[in-house]
Amino acid sequence: MVKKEQEIANRPDNTAFTQQRLPAWQPMLSAGIVIPGFVLIGLAFIGIGVALFVTSRSIQVMELDYTGVEQTSPCFRCSDPNVKNCVCLLDFSIDSLFKGPVFFYYGLTNYFQNYRRYGVSKDDDQLSGNLDSFISPSDTCAPYEFDSNNKPIVPCGSVANSMFNDTFKLYQIISGAKNQVPFDGKGIAWWTDYNVKYRNPSVTPLRDAFNGTVKPLFWPRPAYELDPSDPNNNGFINQDFLVWMRRAALPDFRKLYRRITEGDYTQGLPAGNYSLEIAYNYPVLSFDGRKKVVLSNVSWMGGKNEFLGIAYLVIGSLCIVMSIVMLIVYAKFKFPEEE
Amino acid sequence: MVTCCYISAQHPDLFTLTLNIATKDDYDVNSHSSATASAASMERLHWVQHRCRQLLARDSERGWYSTPNGLPAKSSQDAHSSPQRVSGKRRRVFARNGPHQQEYEAVSKGYKGNAIRTTKYSLLTFIPMNLFQQFHRAANLYFLFLALLNWVPVVEAFQKEITMIPLLVVLTVIAIKDALEDYRRYLSDKKVNNNVVQVFCGKQKAYIDKCWKDVRVGDFIRLSCNEIIPADMLLLYSSDPRGVCYIETANLDGETNLKQRQVVLDLPFQGGEITLEDFHSRIECENPNNDLSRFRGYMEHPNGVRVGLHNSNLLLRSCTIRNTETVVGIVVYAGHETKAMMNNSGPRYKRSQLEKRLNTDVLWCVLLLIIMCLTGAVGHGLWVKNLKNPIFETDTETSPALAGFYVFWTMIIVLQVLIPISLYVSIEIVKLGQIYFIHNDLALYNEQLDSRIQCRALNITEDLGQIQYLFSDKTGTLTENKMVFRRCSIYGVEYPHKENAQRLEVYEAEENEAAGRSVTLKSGCSRKSLSCRSLSCNRSSVSLHTLTAESEEEDRLSNHIQSRTSAFCSRVAREVVPDPELVRKLSWLCSPAQPLSDGSSGTPCSLELTYITDFFLALAICNSVVVSSPSQPRHVVPEARTPLKSLEEIKLMFQRFSFSPFSALSTPQIRGSFTSRLFSRGKTGSFTFSTPPNSTTDGSETGQENNLESSNLRRKLDLSSREDGGGAGQTETEDGIDDARIDPDGFGQKVEDLSKEDDCESDTDDELLYEAESPDEAALVHAAQAYRCTLRGRSPESLLVDLPGIGSLAVQLLHILPFDSNRKRMSVVVRHPLSGQLVVYTKGADSVIMDLTETSKGAEQAQEIYSHVREQTQKHLDSYAREGLRTLCIAKKVLEEEEYEVWLKRHLLAESSIENREELLMDSAERLETNLTLLGTTGILDRLQEEVPETIEALQRAGIKVWVLTGDKKETAINIAYACKLLRPDDELLTVSCGSKDACAVLLQELKLEVQHGGDRLMEPSAVESRSESSLSSPADFILVIDGCTLEWALQEELKSDFLELSCRCKAVICCRSTPLQKSQVVRLVRDQLGAMTLAVGDGANDVSMIQVADVGIGISGQEGMQAVMSSDFAISRFKHLSKLLLVHGRWCYSRLANMILYFFYKNVMYVNLLFWYQFFCGFSGGLMSNSWVLILFNLLFTSVPPIIYGVLDRDIPADTLMELPELYRAAQTSKIYVPSMFWINILDAFYQSLVCFFVPYFALAGSDVGDLSFGSPINASALLIILLHQVIESHTLTWIHVLVLAFSAASYFGFVLLFSLFCVTCSPPTNPLGVETLQMSQPLFYIICTLTTVMALLPRLLVRALHDTLNPATALRTAQMDKVDSERYCKRMRRWNQNHSRVNRLPVSADNPGLEPSTDTVVS
Repeated sequence: MVKKEQEIANRPDNTAFTQQRLPAWQPMLSAGIVIPGFVLIGLAFIGIGVALFVTSRSIQVMELDYTGVEQTSPCFRCSDPNVKNCVCLLDFSIDSLFKGPVFFYYGLTNYFQNYRRYGVSKDDDQLSGNLDSFISPSDTCAPYEFDSNNKPIVPCGSVANSMFNDTFKLYQIISGAKNQVPFDGKGIAWWTDYNVKYRNPSVTPLRDAFNGTVKPLFWPRPAYELDPSDPNNNGFINQDFLVWMRRAALPDFRKLYRRITEGDYTQGLPAGNYSLEIAYNYPVLSFDGRKKVVLSNVSWMGGKNEFLGIAYLVIGSLCIVMSIVMLIVYAKFKFPEEE
Repeated sequence: MVTCCYISAQHPDLFTLTLNIATKDDYDVNSHSSATASAASMERLHWVQHRCRQLLARDSERGWYSTPNGLPAKSSQDAHSSPQRVSGKRRRVFARNGPHQQEYEAVSKGYKGNAIRTTKYSLLTFIPMNLFQQFHRAANLYFLFLALLNWVPVVEAFQKEITMIPLLVVLTVIAIKDALEDYRRYLSDKKVNNNVVQVFCGKQKAYIDKCWKDVRVGDFIRLSCNEIIPADMLLLYSSDPRGVCYIETANLDGETNLKQRQVVLDLPFQGGEITLEDFHSRIECENPNNDLSRFRGYMEHPNGVRVGLHNSNLLLRSCTIRNTETVVGIVVYAGHETKAMMNNSGPRYKRSQLEKRLNTDVLWCVLLLIIMCLTGAVGHGLWVKNLKNPIFETDTETSPALAGFYVFWTMIIVLQVLIPISLYVSIEIVKLGQIYFIHNDLALYNEQLDSRIQCRALNITEDLGQIQYLFSDKTGTLTENKMVFRRCSIYGVEYPHKENAQRLEVYEAEENEAAGRSVTLKSGCSRKSLSCRSLSCNRSSVSLHTLTAESEEEDRLSNHIQSRTSAFCSRVAREVVPDPELVRKLSWLCSPAQPLSDGSSGTPCSLELTYITDFFLALAICNSVVVSSPSQPRHVVPEARTPLKSLEEIKLMFQRFSFSPFSALSTPQIRGSFTSRLFSRGKTGSFTFSTPPNSTTDGSETGQENNLESSNLRRKLDLSSREDGGGAGQTETEDGIDDARIDPDGFGQKVEDLSKEDDCESDTDDELLYEAESPDEAALVHAAQAYRCTLRGRSPESLLVDLPGIGSLAVQLLHILPFDSNRKRMSVVVRHPLSGQLVVYTKGADSVIMDLTETSKGAEQAQEIYSHVREQTQKHLDSYAREGLRTLCIAKKVLEEEEYEVWLKRHLLAESSIENREELLMDSAERLETNLTLLGTTGILDRLQEEVPETIEALQRAGIKVWVLTGDKKETAINIAYACKLLRPDDELLTVSCGSKDACAVLLQELKLEVQHGGDRLMEPSAVESRSESSLSSPADFILVIDGCTLEWALQEELKSDFLELSCRCKAVICCRSTPLQKSQVVRLVRDQLGAMTLAVGDGANDVSMIQVADVGIGISGQEGMQAVMSSDFAISRFKHLSKLLLVHGRWCYSRLANMILYFFYKNVMYVNLLFWYQFFCGFSGGLMSNSWVLILFNLLFTSVPPIIYGVLDRDIPADTLMELPELYRAAQTSKIYVPSMFWINILDAFYQSLVCFFVPYFALAGSDVGDLSFGSPINASALLIILLHQVIESHTLTWIHVLVLAFSAASYFGFVLLFSLFCVTCSPPTNPLGVETLQMSQPLFYIICTLTTVMALLPRLLVRALHDTLNPATALRTAQMDKVDSERYCKRMRRWNQNHSRVNRLPVSADNPGLEPSTDTVVS
């Protein structure tokens, strides 16, 4: 008995695995599977496409370019880089109710927040409230690491330095009177950014933490004074700062500035004339950029985007067409052979 | 034979040179391998040894040892004063505990101990050494380059650490693998080193147990039977009274026959008790080298006498002592300096065809990468140039050009994945997996030998799927190499052995059982479990360096060897049913009542009887077979039993029958009329029998004795004994013979009687086991045994032979002139036991022997008879060859004493010469082997292995051209070709055989024309419709047969192309009588000139060069040693395994690997392009939309396993179908899967998919407030889904393993990014992913985008595949089926056509080989 076992000691195991006989599904894409499959996919896509298209259609968007390139533009005056503290007024009207909640964005074009060296130029440690990094910011921040006096810049880096600093006020003009539309600036940044990622140093008052540092060169005010109205909206957890720090993926982008959810405007912006007061600070003309303001409401699928709906419809129809083609092909080539 | 296998694989040139001494059938002389033959040359007479020793001693004083000319004195002084310096040239050894303690200390310092270390690293050196080793790989250097590049701040793309990850992962994986391997080696080293051996201890004056590792040069070691030799040592003492010892070198070369080793001559304590304390001698020998067959040196005794030492005194490490109680030796080389260790070579590395192609595509990828990086660089330069000091600018000083230059490098880092470096690692893993499955295939497992396929080369699995030309050896490859005595012809009379043939057929059925039994046959005999199977003979892959195999392999090895040895004496071979006619003649000889009546009444002529007896005596003794019986250890020669008759009786007998009519035709003294002379001799009656075989003193009488044929004597003895109412044993025979005479039809009964007697005999005497170096020898000895001419034992000086009717007789053995492939023959010189004549028996290739046999001068009648015999024999030879039998001629020669003396002198000189001893010995042998008398010829059947015809047919259907390269005769080769269906009856045979180069050139041209014409002819008239239908079998069915010398011409530069062109047009080529060198030349020619993928399969040393030259070398682990296996890439045990190996595994491996590689390229290009497209939106600045961790891990982790599984497990077509329809192999053969177009199609598809995958999210998110990582999130996710689903579409089979792995890949990605985005607060600085994925995945938009992207990206491929599958459901299968139908139809038609035309159109077969008919009856098994 033992001998026999020895004799076949080398015999490979006769298992389905070792003998490569594992039961296998062969994805033979024959007409029988593919045609119904394509029909199903096609129908589903068309369904989704219709839903997306309809949804997208229902979203209202209003874009207002205020760069002031053209001389007729109200902000043309301000576009001169030498003019400081310029304010311009942009009038516009809404024909029908702009359903709320309305999101108020500012938009920049030809602005490369995704430029690699720009994106790198920040110090996450510093921004998470690490005081050591206040004194010696990361190398990545260069050349916005130290100022000319060799004092550390906080927040350091190009991203922070280039923070968008135009401010907006929206007025509804009701029979000549300006009625300010209240802006909701809370919670416009990501929850994680506001609560986890960005932290102010646990020093009170906050300004003490910034002792020995200087504000970014471009900034009018230091970080701890970003929002004079709300002391909790200062330092690194300032909502606008957070929104700015979340770099845009593409060179034409918009960023959430405020939401219009309060007061008379919870239902949206009623039809009428509006005036937008812009504190024009941010220079974009040097690099051929544009600035705009975008008013939009959102749906479950995000902002207005007709591409997705159309794409779904096209692909869905394609699937249906292909299944028909396949059916024809199948009928033509398969059946004669079986005879 | 031995040497061949030790030339390491790295020296193919050397190889081809040494192969000339290779053995086996290829010289048609059926294998007497030179290995033991050389050992057997040690078996000399004592006085010969003495003289030899003197010569050697003298020689060593002035010979090769002393410095050349002039400075002998000085050099010897040097030698004494500075031993270290001398040790640079040679090694001096003193006894470790002997009186020369000081010298020992001084000399032995530089010598290595016996501890071995095959590990590459130690604990300390592991990391630096391993790193150093690893950075020899280009791939790792590329990684390193990237990692370093990333440390340059201006071009840094990722965090510095992240670029290190791929490098670290690869290095770690490989390091772990290396460490494990090394650890295994370490363990086995330890095991070997701690083996215990008895070493003489100077203090205790006794042998004590020591570990192997503690053995030093100069130690005395005592070993007993079956122990393994721990180090190379000189044999000083053997318990064998003759001072010999036997070793088995199976661990070294797989040869299981025993080699004899000789105690160093002239030792002070020779033969007696050894007193080692008094060992004063000094040994001087060569420095360690790896030549196993050479050892030179001398031992200087205190009295100044020098004794030469050579190979036969050396016991090699890792061999096993056999059949010798105790041996004592002194260690001369230890540890790594032993010859065995110095012959260790690493595993084979071959680069597969596919990999070469792969590299070109990798180069394309490099080009692509450079283009992309250049695009980036230029784009960035322009972009920077157009920037007018924007607010987001961080660096205003760098010029656009420089910025572009920096970005170039940054892009290289970013797009690094485009170069599929991980592909190389993956391919290695995939191949390991493929090897695993090949290794585990039950269909490639041989039950009888319990052996699996051995995969020795790990990286050419897919080459198996592309074989175009298969070069096969014949013997042992197509045939079993189990030789069975089939028929013989003696004295020009053919004995067909019909019953033997029938028996063979009967056994055919039982064969499996028999072989199964033979495995166990010897397991009980003298074979201790070998705890240390050292030296990787047939170890696969990694453990090749190790000295100890794992137990499993050990078992396999020993099993294997056992079965192999016993196969030489398998049941079929052992039992030969004698031919009744021959038995009748033999018995007639014994009959007293039959005087000499010259064949008048059908009784055999007495001369014929002489021939017959001589013939069988020659069969029994002219060999190097070692005899043993299960109950007794091998080699012990049983004491010669007392002859049945007293000497007195014998003498009496001789006197009575000295009128013998059949005395010595062959002797040169024959004069006058044949019969009258015989009678006159009879009348003189002055014969006296010289009893002691070695008493050579009685000169005058010897002269007379010489005239008498020994065999006559034996018959007479028998006769006389009967008359005298001899031994009881005789009566039985007599009865049988009487019966036979009474009833002439009762042969069968008589045969029974005979065999009964045989049985009785073997029952009483134990079954004798013959261990021959070649199966042919064993077969012949067994054949002789069947006629009761039994070889009972062997000692260096004599042979013990049973003769029918006489009993055991000692035959004094004077010389063995061993087989060598140049002479193609071997001879023994014996003193005839009865006649006392000096007789040379020679057996060898018919071509050689026929030339050497004299046309006897003198007596007309004799000459007439003789030439008649020659003629007849030649006729029989031809017919044997046509039957596919292996033929051997047996001849003899009677030597005059003076003649012998003269020859002996020169022979001794030759033996004792140091320089070109081999040539001298050969000359000497050639001098002796002249004027032979042809006795007869034997036909040995070497049956085809099972399923060979089917396999060959399948391979041919698969489009593989099968060439047979054999050393056999043309007729034999053609017949085997018929038998194995390589040749069909209606194939046209083109024979190329010519004497000169010019003739050869002309002939080749002619044949080319003929083939062209023939092809046309076949195309044209009657066959046209069948031809056109089946284009597959069209490459004209011509078979080219070319012989060795013509091949020599054809392979020359000028004729090469003609030959090649001709052979390409032929369905098959048979090269007969080819040498190993030619074999390899042919393979090289086809491989290089046609660029075809070649496979060579063979089993013997003569195939080694061919196996090494071919792209894929396959060794058949059969009857002939392990050389072929050791040089092969794959070793199988049966030819039939080839079909599954190639058709299924080869095809699978190829398609798997090809598909995997294509997929890999696709995957990398697809993913990297996503990053590239993004560059168009970030100013070509090398910006990323993904976290760099995800980027790195995407290839390293998330999508790395599925392709590997795909490469290991995918089955494009089921195995059964592949086996049934070999035509399917053609697709892979012509590289249809992995062609440039496929590569580019995949690249294009990758481009399309990446475009979709990037721009769908782009358009969906453009203008929105999407952040960079949020933008990347759906892109990454859909890329992953696309890549995984793409594989699902591409897979031919999906098992639960696939599903599991795919699910795991997807899960690992999503798990990773989710966890990362939850917990990575400040990590991964520039691209901190905190909250990104969680947010994205909570939004429906993410899923909407992913769905659209995935479907859109896969749609084209899905559609194409669906259309393809619908249009041709399993195209391949259907076409193949149609082919099959076609070929069947074609065959039928051809058959009909042939029947019609057979008369008219008898093919040139008959022209070249008159009477050649495909004889299938005997050969086809």
